[in-house]
Amino acid sequence: MRGMKPGVPLGRPKLDKVTMNRLLGYLKNYKFRFTLVLLCIVISAIAGVAGSMFLRIVIDDYIMPLLQTAAPDFSGLFQAVLTMGGIYLLGICATYLYNRNMVVISQGILKEIRDKMFAHMQRLPIRYFDTHTHGDIMSHYTNDTDTLRQMLSMSIPQMFSSIITIVAVFCAMLYTSIHLTILVLIVVFFIMKIFKFIAGQSGTYFIKQQEALGDVNGYIEEMIHGQKVVKVFCHEEKAKEIFDKKNGELCENAIRANQYANILMPIMMNLGNLQYILIAIVGGALAVNGIGGLTLGAIASFLQLSKSFSMPISQVSQQINSVVMAMAGAKRIFALLDEEVEADNGYVTLVNAKYDEAGELVECKEHTGIWAWKHPHEDGSTTYTKLTGDVRFFDVDFGYTEEKIVLHDITLYAEPGQKVAFVGATGAGKTTITNLINRFYDIADGKIRYDGININKIKKEDLRHSLGIVLQDVNLFTGTVMDNIRYGKLDATDEECINAAKLANADSFIRMLPEGYQTVLSGDGSGLSQGQRQLISIARAAVADPPVMILDEATSSIDTRTEAIVQRGMDALMKGRTVFVIAHRLSTVQNSDVIMVLEQGRIIERGDHDHLIAEKGKYYQLYTGAFELE
Amino acid sequence: MVRQLLKSVREYKKSSFLTPLFVTFEVILEVIIPMLMAKLIDFGIEAGNMNYILKMGFALIVCCIVSLTFGALSGKHAAIASAGFAKNLRQDMYEKVQTYAFSNIDKFSSASIVTRLTTDITNIQNAYQMAIRVAVRSPIMLVFALFMAFQINAELAPIFVIAIPILAIGLSIIIYHAKNIFERVFHTYDELNNVVQENLHGIRVVKSFVREDFETEKFSNVSKIIYKDFSKAEKILAFNAPLMQFCAYGCMLLISWLGAKLIVASGNNPALGMTTGDLTSMFSYTMQILMSLMMFSMVFVMITISYASMERAAEILSEESDIHNPENPVYEIKDGSISFSHVNFQYGAHADKLCLHDVSLEIPAGSTVGIIGGTGSSKSTLVQMIPRLYDVTAGSVKVGGRDVREYDIETLRGAVAMVLQKNELFSGTIKDNLRWGDENATDEQMRYVCQLAQADDFIQNFPDGYDTYIEQGGTNVSGGQKQRLCIARALLKHPKILILDDSTSAVDTKTDALIRQAFREEIPDTTKIIIAQRISSVEDADMILVLDDGEINGIGTHAQLLENNSIYREVYESQQKGGLEE
Repeated sequence: MRGMKPGVPLGRPKLDKVTMNRLLGYLKNYKFRFTLVLLCIVISAIAGVAGSMFLRIVIDDYIMPLLQTAAPDFSGLFQAVLTMGGIYLLGICATYLYNRNMVVISQGILKEIRDKMFAHMQRLPIRYFDTHTHGDIMSHYTNDTDTLRQMLSMSIPQMFSSIITIVAVFCAMLYTSIHLTILVLIVVFFIMKIFKFIAGQSGTYFIKQQEALGDVNGYIEEMIHGQKVVKVFCHEEKAKEIFDKKNGELCENAIRANQYANILMPIMMNLGNLQYILIAIVGGALAVNGIGGLTLGAIASFLQLSKSFSMPISQVSQQINSVVMAMAGAKRIFALLDEEVEADNGYVTLVNAKYDEAGELVECKEHTGIWAWKHPHEDGSTTYTKLTGDVRFFDVDFGYTEEKIVLHDITLYAEPGQKVAFVGATGAGKTTITNLINRFYDIADGKIRYDGININKIKKEDLRHSLGIVLQDVNLFTGTVMDNIRYGKLDATDEECINAAKLANADSFIRMLPEGYQTVLSGDGSGLSQGQRQLISIARAAVADPPVMILDEATSSIDTRTEAIVQRGMDALMKGRTVFVIAHRLSTVQNSDVIMVLEQGRIIERGDHDHLIAEKGKYYQLYTGAFELE
Repeated sequence: MVRQLLKSVREYKKSSFLTPLFVTFEVILEVIIPMLMAKLIDFGIEAGNMNYILKMGFALIVCCIVSLTFGALSGKHAAIASAGFAKNLRQDMYEKVQTYAFSNIDKFSSASIVTRLTTDITNIQNAYQMAIRVAVRSPIMLVFALFMAFQINAELAPIFVIAIPILAIGLSIIIYHAKNIFERVFHTYDELNNVVQENLHGIRVVKSFVREDFETEKFSNVSKIIYKDFSKAEKILAFNAPLMQFCAYGCMLLISWLGAKLIVASGNNPALGMTTGDLTSMFSYTMQILMSLMMFSMVFVMITISYASMERAAEILSEESDIHNPENPVYEIKDGSISFSHVNFQYGAHADKLCLHDVSLEIPAGSTVGIIGGTGSSKSTLVQMIPRLYDVTAGSVKVGGRDVREYDIETLRGAVAMVLQKNELFSGTIKDNLRWGDENATDEQMRYVCQLAQADDFIQNFPDGYDTYIEQGGTNVSGGQKQRLCIARALLKHPKILILDDSTSAVDTKTDALIRQAFREEIPDTTKIIIAQRISSVEDADMILVLDDGEINGIGTHAQLLENNSIYREVYESQQKGGLEE
């Protein structure tokens, strides 16, 4: 598959029983099919073994006696050939059946695992995505699933088939001659030793090769991404030198690893041949000297058997590597599936509401434009609170890890329709505060109330529905512009989407696009400018029409002239809502009702613009450019 | 295309030729061994002739050892040849990329160049090893085994003439049908990866809008397509093994039946015809013949799959840099004066829009020039003409009185230091990064430029000072610190012209002013060009350029422009109203 790293065969294979059992658990849904597969493999393997004995039967039971007769009658042989043909036909059908059914099983399991993984991933807390790189998570869907596919569709059937063959052949060998069987076992023991040694060497170098490859690829990535800087500084020669060194190292490790892997097959095959010769000589000596009651025909047939014995053994050994690799992949996948999902003990939900004749707020089915929090109480009664967008923090402490608290004693009030701004250096905790409102993270101490309700009691889903968010890094999805706007409200009509775009000042540029609202965006909207992408994301938030908006550095990466256009879009969006604004440019926050200046997780100043300027504190310094924000 | 890639084999030609040669010897022995084994049975064991058994046994052991040796040698050389080829190819591609102009890099995109230099090369390496080893082995094995079969008994061998085409046609049909589906599956895989990637990048958006179920459904739709297509393709492949068995078993039955008749007819006398030993050999050759055909079909499929990788690698190699050194380059640059005369520029020959249109401009050496303009007004494009990062489409750019295309590129870029808008620091210490500007810079020199760039203070505050390790992409320093380090790095080149492309956007206005003051006092002879969003960054320049949509909208001092340029005034006012930033 493209974009995949070659696997790492391990020197000392170890099977992980827990993982294996869990993986086999997925077979439960395919009980019947899998039993059929196993049965077919047995038939197919036995047909194969019968085939290798058939030659001997033809020679000993038919050709030899016929040679003695003057007028040979071939009808007996014809019968035998027909019988064997029947067995073969059965074998061929069995082979087809198990291959085909294994496809259904393995693809089915893979799909199940893939879907489960993604659905589970959606429910993981943001913290998980902070602590795992995208590359690592992606590799669960590519590398890990691929090794699993290899194992399910190839290794398992082949190993099972090989083992059946080994057992069948072993029995036949024992039946033919115990002495020679012991000899074979001794030889096989040595062959396995040699195999293990070479495979171990190869494995060690494969790991080294992977490391070197990672090193070279990492270097390439860094240099190519900075290629323009390389050019500006004429640093090409220097970069080449380091590259050549790393590249040379990789080459050496790759040669070693592949050498061992390449010589494995010729060695195994020829050791098999040597075993054959050894049996011939020893067997011959035994027979000629009349030891062990061996007949000449028995030796010949034993030789044939010994050949079908060493083949499946080396096959099993080779498959073990891929099974070990798949187990490692499965283990990583299960680790993802075992990650704890975002906890949600909320029971307060958001419902459509209307006022009845008595002026009481009551729940209703239809969309009224009025929303209410439905709050069931322990005594069985239910109260309804109108959704207004009143957010309050009381003595909130928070840290991403327990050791390091990043927010201290945050207390703030945002009344419905107010604009609250956060100002402060990178790392002061601005974004963290907003991450607590929508419960991307849970607070360590203190309380956050939304419309008077502790947000821990609100169902996360409903809480987030009531919040709109526009981030500095705009994320658009592959699909049309319309689809992207509709992301804010899946059942929005085209008209609603267009109105939202108009509100966000995005309508005019969207109409200029080649296909208007139907223009397909791909690669995160790569054809659009930063400002245009931001406008679409504002439209997306607008169509959701939430009472509370969070604007996190929404205009930071836009130049001042474009910002003016985006700002108009945002101003329209902010009207009548509670808004939290985080901004780098003080011009964006000046007209806020309250400005909070944060430093190292504490609010050090608060008040409106005029008030803060008059106070001549940190904000004043920032405003006059006497102080630096980083 | 393949020929172009093969140029990179170079010193590994020897191994590349030895591999098939050794493979051939190995195959010959592999074909001879079953024949000798048959003889061992016929004349040794069946006859109870211990002498013959020992004699033949010895001969066989020698054959095995020789075959093992050749096998090991071919394996060794295959590894050397393929790893070496990959090394050279990687090197060639990397060096080719080093010659690229900015326009070439833009054409491919960095991400795509990285994939070609990593994943694609790994695929090519595997395909190459397969081509010189297995792809050679199978046909030779087929020919020799067939030859031996005819040698043993010309009457039985025609069975293969029927079996081989049946297998070959069967395999072709399977491959033909499966390949198309597999190609489609790979495309769908890309789509699946895209869904996951977008989801990961936008996970905050997904969660904020509570779109988890929506995303899961989107994923599951793609996943279902993969399931269907993959199952279809593999179900076709499921015919592979039974087909192979059908041919092999069929041959064996026919050989047993017809062989038995022949043996009986000859009385199992080698002089008169077929013997039982021959029958055993025929069985071995049947397997060898059919297996080699099977292997060949597999190799064929895998090499076809890697064809796309080969194409992409070849594209890198055949791309010619858009910018070349002149034939008799000039190695000396008089001064830092710059002149643009009727410059037009467009990205790529087919771009329908001119990015720069009829730009003419004179900048005296040692002056400070500010450039203001909105996104898309081609500010960066304009300055990138000076160190020849792009070449003009029409008109000319002169530095020190000569057309930039007359200079040696390294000389020119050595004299023009440019701090790019998208700045990169590389993994390594601060010193390592600074030395990009001047490899032999002393500690004092480095400190001096850092003082000019107002970076010395914060560097001194790091526990490791100038030896602080910068992570890849400079993620462990703040945006403003990164920008100042990049300025210091550029200063270390002692340039005649210094270009700052929006390089102080994350630096506060006060520090920004200090940097400009240092420039004025410490490097007065250097021509300084400053692109900025903030009026405050350029207002004290000798000359300010207002760019709009690739054209010069106004040139003048701050006071002049305020008076007669509406764009400038608008920008100025919007920033005044908003107060000073940061």
